[in-house]
This record gives sequence, structure tokens and C-alpha cells, in this order.
Amino acid sequence: MKTIAAALGVCVSLLAVSVLLAQSQDPQKSPSGAAAKYDPAIYEELQKAPEKARNRLNPLQNDPEAVAAGSILFEQHCAECHGDKAEGSRKGPSLRVPEVQNAPPGAIFWILTNGVVRKKMPVWSKLPEPQRWQLVRHIKSLGGPTNSAGSNAPKP
Amino acid sequence: MHGLVRKGLTSLFLFSLASAFAPFAARAQENPYFVAYDHYLEEPGNLEIEYFSTFGTQRNGNNFHAFWAEFEYGATAWWTTEFYLDGQTTFGDSTVFTGFRWENRFRPLKHEHFINPVFYVEYENKNGADKILKEGEGHDVEADFLTLNAEARKEHIHEIELKLILSSTFKGWNLTQNTLAAKDLSNSPWEFGYALGASRPLALKASAKRCTLCPQNFIAGVEMYGGLGDRHNFGLHNTSHYVAPVLGWNMPSGWTLRISPGFGLNDNSHKFLLRWGLSREINGFGSMVNRLFGGRK
Repeated sequence: MKTIAAALGVCVSLLAVSVLLAQSQDPQKSPSGAAAKYDPAIYEELQKAPEKARNRLNPLQNDPEAVAAGSILFEQHCAECHGDKAEGSRKGPSLRVPEVQNAPPGAIFWILTNGVVRKKMPVWSKLPEPQRWQLVRHIKSLGGPTNSAGSNAPKP
Repeated sequence: MHGLVRKGLTSLFLFSLASAFAPFAARAQENPYFVAYDHYLEEPGNLEIEYFSTFGTQRNGNNFHAFWAEFEYGATAWWTTEFYLDGQTTFGDSTVFTGFRWENRFRPLKHEHFINPVFYVEYENKNGADKILKEGEGHDVEADFLTLNAEARKEHIHEIELKLILSSTFKGWNLTQNTLAAKDLSNSPWEFGYALGASRPLALKASAKRCTLCPQNFIAGVEMYGGLGDRHNFGLHNTSHYVAPVLGWNMPSGWTLRISPGFGLNDNSHKFLLRWGLSREINGFGSMVNRLFGGRK
């Protein structure tokens, strides 16, 4: 029983360390806990999308329901890090900045599919391809920052 | 020392119960598998609390109900760590705590590929009464479960389990193959096993309206798993194998329900296993713990 208790202690300690480690690795962390500071370097990942991926057209571009469906998906899977209005939080950057809004749909789709796992953006290929395109439609429909937002991003 | 362990387990249980009803649950897109793993890890900073249950039939003995709780935490986008507590009830015998496991999964590649590898490392500290059948390995067969709990729990097993998970998602289908190698830290040979899985959401496009019973919330599939013998006797001889349809329901409220009837494929396997599980993902658990210990608000 001693072994079990010791091993249990080790496991819980390691779990706590992993929690703290995860926090210390958060690149978006800001002391205030408000929206992340605008940092253009964060959006460089969009430029890394291969040409073929960037050139992909959104097959749901003319789907009248895609934005509404994408909005629900965003709320369920993305708002936690990027904020309810996609204006960023300390966990994830704003998606209303020109870098995202002017990016080709294919590049945003590529980021959703591949994630940026070294910077805490998970892989979202577990969402079926049509749902990722619905998310792209929603993100592209957002436009620039809203007036009520706490975002530090520049207006496009 | 028994009191300490009991207190620890009670605290964990109460914590999980409290968390399960907390208002900050996230809607997850969980796979429906019970044994097979795909390449998707827990989102960073999120904690998923899961309860699973397996009812199994037993020839020449009493049927059983094995259960386990999982605490799955996304340490980073490339590392998920998970802690298990296992137990079982053998009808007409007794209910026993059977041990714990600590599992880690690592995603080595930065980008998504056609086949995505994940490395899996697990430490198991369990006793011989363990019946959760979380994997098929070595020469484990149905007859091993005939031993009475009082006798079986005297056997202590410290085991390291390694898996190579190769998973692919194509046109909505997830196809995954897990190869397992396990080593009891006593003087036992390496044992091997496998798990295969295929699943797909019932609809690929999301509905434009909020709904609980929309087809995109359901993921159906099948998994197959079993043992492959050990280092001295590799192969299918004297091994057990199962095939199990699986169904997962990702509810908008943040709960995920899974159910799976499993069928033994040979005389060494339990004839029937009925599994079900309930899980809930807690958003931002890492941040909450960080704040608890005086981290940044």
C-alpha cells in the first residue's frame, strides 16, 4: 500500500508540474489577463501554408448556411481561446486583424487542419472538412475589431 | 496508510463530481473508441473527466462489472497526460479497487500528415483482479478471470506499456491502428497486442441551428483488439480477440456519451462485453489551478 500511495503522490505531483509547465509556455500570456497584445509575429504561421493549400477555394463559399453553422462551431471549439467575439484573449490571438481577415481562405483552413502545436493551437482535423470550411466562412465574415472590444489589434 | 489512500481517492472523486457539474464545460468532439486511440490529443489546459463501465460475461464463473475513472489533461498541444483509477465488481464475489494507471501521449510531428504517429507510454500499478479490459495483450484469456477476487488481488502488477498509434483522417473517416508492447517489471517477457478502429460522424456538415440530436453530434464506428502473444510465443495461439461497434454522442451541453457492445471472436475471449462511458471536458483547468497557486490572474 505504501508503494501505491507513493506512486499516487508522484502522479499527482507530475500532473501539477504539467499544469504549471503548460502555463509557463503560454506565448499569449499577458499580466492583465485581458486580450493579448497585438504581435504580428503570431500570424506568421499563416504565411507558412503551402501554395497549394493557400490556393484552395472554399467549397462552401456560396452555402447560405455556412456562416451560421460556422458561428456555432466557433462558439463550441474556438471561443475558449480566441474569445467570444474572436478578438483574442490571453490564450489565443485575435482573428479580426488584417493578417487573418485578408488571408486566403485556404491558408486559414490549413492552420485549422494542422494547428500550431508548438504554440498551443491544437490540430482541428478531427472536425470533418466541411465543418472546417464552415469555420473559415465564419472567421472571414467577422471583419475588423468591434468598438466594445478590448483588442489591441490595429484596424484593417 | 490505508486511510491516507482512501482520503486521497475520496478527494479525487469529490473533485471530479464537483467538476462534472461546473458551469465551464466545453463541447468536445470526442472519438467513440474505448480501446483504440486516434492521434487527437486533449486541448491544452483542458481537463476531461471520464467514467467508463464494462459489463462482461464469464463462462464457468460469475459475470463482472469493471469500471474506471479517467482524468485527462492537455499539458500542451503535443502532450496529453492521463490518470486512471480502476475497480471491479464480480457478481456473487466482491467489489475491489484494482489499481491505477498513468498514461502519456506525445505527438512528435508538427503538422498533420496522411498517417499521424503518436507515442504512448503508460505505467500501470494494478492487482491481479483487474478486469477493465482496456487493451488486449499477450496471452490474456477469459479463464484468467476465474480466480476469486480475494486471491487475485494478492498479485501485484507493475507494468510499462508502450504503444505506437498510427491514425489517419480521410473524408470524415478516422482509421487508426495501435501496436502495443507491454512489460511487467518483474521477470516476465514482453507481451504484444493490437487495436484497430474506424469511425465517422453521421454527418460531415454542421447544422446552422443549435441541436442536440443532429447527426453531426453522433460518431459511429467499430473497433477490434486482441493479444499477439509474447516474446517467446508470438502469434495468435492462446490469445483473445474482440470486435465491437462503437457509438459516441457529443452533446452540446459538454457531455459525451459512448456505448459499445463487444463480442469475443474465439473461445479464449469473453462472449459479450457491454461498455458505456460518460465524459465531460472542463475548459481552462490549467489556468484555474495556476490561479489557485497564486499564478497570474
